[in-house]
Amino acid sequence: MTGAALTVRMAPQELAEAVAQEVRSGRRFVALVATAADDGSTALQAVLASDRDLTVLACQLPPGVRSYPALTPLVAAAAWYEREIHDLFGLVPSGHRRLDPLVLPRSGEDLPRPGARRGPVSVELDVTGLPAHVVGQGVFTIPYGPVRSGVFEAVEYLVETVGEEIPHLRTRVYHKHRGIERRFQDLEPADAVLLAERVEGTATVAHALAFSQALEQLADISVPRPAALLRVAHAELERIATHLDSVIRHTEGAGQAVANARLHVHKERLMRLRARLCGHRFGRGVVVPGGVSGPPRLAPSEANGELGALQGALRADLHALMTTPSFLDRLRGTGAVPTQVATDHGAVGPVGRGSGLPGDVRADRPYGAYGHLGFEVATGHREGDALARQRVRLDEIGQALHLVRQALDELDETSDDEWRRPTPVVDGSVLSSVEAPQGELLYLVEVTEGRLTRVKPRTASFHNLAIFHEAFRGDIFTDFVFIEASFGLSMAGVSG
Amino acid sequence: MPWVLRGLRDGVVTTRYPRRPDGYGALFDGAITVLSPAPAVDRQTGGDPEIPAGLCPTGAIFVDDDSAQTVRVDRGRCILCGRCVEGRPDLFAFVPDTETAGLTRTALVVPPSPGTEEETRAVRSELARRVRGLRRSIHIRHVDGGSDGAEEAEISALTGPIYDIQRLGMFFTASPRHADILLVTGVGTAGMTEELRRTLEAMPDPKVLVAAGTDAVSGGLVGPTYASLGGIGALVPPDVYVPGSPPSPFSLLHGLLLALGLLPDDRRTR
Ligand code: SF4
Repeated sequence: MTGAALTVRMAPQELAEAVAQEVRSGRRFVALVATAADDGSTALQAVLASDRDLTVLACQLPPGVRSYPALTPLVAAAAWYEREIHDLFGLVPSGHRRLDPLVLPRSGEDLPRPGARRGPVSVELDVTGLPAHVVGQGVFTIPYGPVRSGVFEAVEYLVETVGEEIPHLRTRVYHKHRGIERRFQDLEPADAVLLAERVEGTATVAHALAFSQALEQLADISVPRPAALLRVAHAELERIATHLDSVIRHTEGAGQAVANARLHVHKERLMRLRARLCGHRFGRGVVVPGGVSGPPRLAPSEANGELGALQGALRADLHALMTTPSFLDRLRGTGAVPTQVATDHGAVGPVGRGSGLPGDVRADRPYGAYGHLGFEVATGHREGDALARQRVRLDEIGQALHLVRQALDELDETSDDEWRRPTPVVDGSVLSSVEAPQGELLYLVEVTEGRLTRVKPRTASFHNLAIFHEAFRGDIFTDFVFIEASFGLSMAGVSG
Repeated sequence: MPWVLRGLRDGVVTTRYPRRPDGYGALFDGAITVLSPAPAVDRQTGGDPEIPAGLCPTGAIFVDDDSAQTVRVDRGRCILCGRCVEGRPDLFAFVPDTETAGLTRTALVVPPSPGTEEETRAVRSELARRVRGLRRSIHIRHVDGGSDGAEEAEISALTGPIYDIQRLGMFFTASPRHADILLVTGVGTAGMTEELRRTLEAMPDPKVLVAAGTDAVSGGLVGPTYASLGGIGALVPPDVYVPGSPPSPFSLLHGLLLALGLLPDDRRTR
């Protein structure tokens, strides 16, 4: 059970130093989350991870107090969190050097904030205050996005060149901000899992799982074994599909037309298999609080047979791709994130693992059926470049296939026919985490009098995108497509 | 092994749709239908006429206000969650249908409300007049107006060898100035409003706007919020609505073909 995070309470003045102390002693900074209360006070929770568990350092800002000592000067990884909290809750971290808007650019400080208990019904954006177009002699800014050629999620990159220096990349993520966190609060807890599925569409199952686990932890129930197995099968099929998307983007960028076409076909076969298992190509509607919505629609043995055929075809093509020198040349050394940079930031998922960080929620804080199934974390890659991240993903595709087949085999043999347990809505606040395709996904869920009063999905995409610019050292323009594809992030999950 | 040889394996994988129906559509739940539209007068099933409030999380189900009390589903609001099928299997069912796109908002309602057909016919002929001026190859510009990202994954599949929209003369373009179709996903976020307007303005006439996905059609489960609209229709009226959460590649294809009037007559019913 991942929920039992230790919470240490302290005064707001002590938070930054306490977090810094934890980081100095080797813990990983995971997140900073704000929650507004009815009386106008705001709680701040800093989440930290050791190899095996999560700790929460918490403080409470009394009504009317909008400021607290910033974490960012001591723990740089907190920078985006403090900007986001400033946008959504109006808190001012004193000492934060660049409190630029991140997800909701507006002008003025004394605005009603959407994070508040009774936030505004609508907001006016004002992007004029955004740092951009640094003016001065010899400064060029090249904007890229949010609308661009091809099919991409909306995000804007600004490439800034100052004289002879290596260009700097700035990322703007506000375009897609949907206000999803507050939307959770309008929904019945049982319906909210459907919204969780839509926070980050390429991690549908992971989000449904993290959210459902939170309600299950509050109700103190465990899901029936067949449900836990089916959850693993769908979560791992999702991992394969999302990883394949990343590989397909690489082949597209490298002009590997045949590989691209063949991988498209494999991916489509996979999507169709997912749909045959549950009725939906992305596995939506499968994971529900208390278990899964029902038994697989396709006999596990039949699904396993199809998977076997797919596995053979995939293995051959991926092997051919990874022995194509012209392809490897494009990825090798491209977009390197040094281990130290990754460690300092606490990078997660394939981005972290490609830089030598072994973290993987499935192994570190096992949930559901993962504790009983055999798989290996993709360690052994530390170069930090696009190639290392690609190798991590290919290893993970292999392990994911292995996991799905184990889960389906066991489902095939079991006579247990319990798929879902009643999950009463129980008040409390809880943290739940899973390993999404993009990396560690965390949900903070608070239930008060049977209503959702706070749901905060902390996506790996949000956490990792903050160090995206660190990967740009060489030729921005030729490397861009590979760096972006190898990070493999979802903007929906970033913007919220 | 050289890629040239690998490319020749497996033979033809490309769908024949729309020239021939594609069997895959029958494999998954593409749409919701109403089995018994008038439970109040249907004594045989003994069905409870009352549809519990909150059955549908997006409010896609409604009952006509007249004496017939016909139950309808607005597929433009439906996210295919299956709650209605689970709760009232006597009334609702999934159907394996991927030809779900429509030319008007009301054309997405099943069973169709009276008058829908005439309205759709008028819209269709107006659209047909407009797209007559398009060249043989059609260029599509995609704009993400605040999707969850799944729509983009399905749209990307259209360029792969299975759906291969290039065979139908459709291409994604790098420039709005060459675009004929604007394919918009997502609820319509405040941050994309300006970008959408600008892209649409930059496109030459005639232009066709396709709302791709339930979020783009109505906001789905997500919008409206303080930062987003309930679909892009609140900004600019789309020419084609493609429901689905996300819409499957076949539904997207259906929407694009509908926009261009490229479907065989018997399928141009919506
Ligand atoms: S499937 Fe879900 S969203 Fe669609 S009509 Fe039924 S309950 Fe509503």
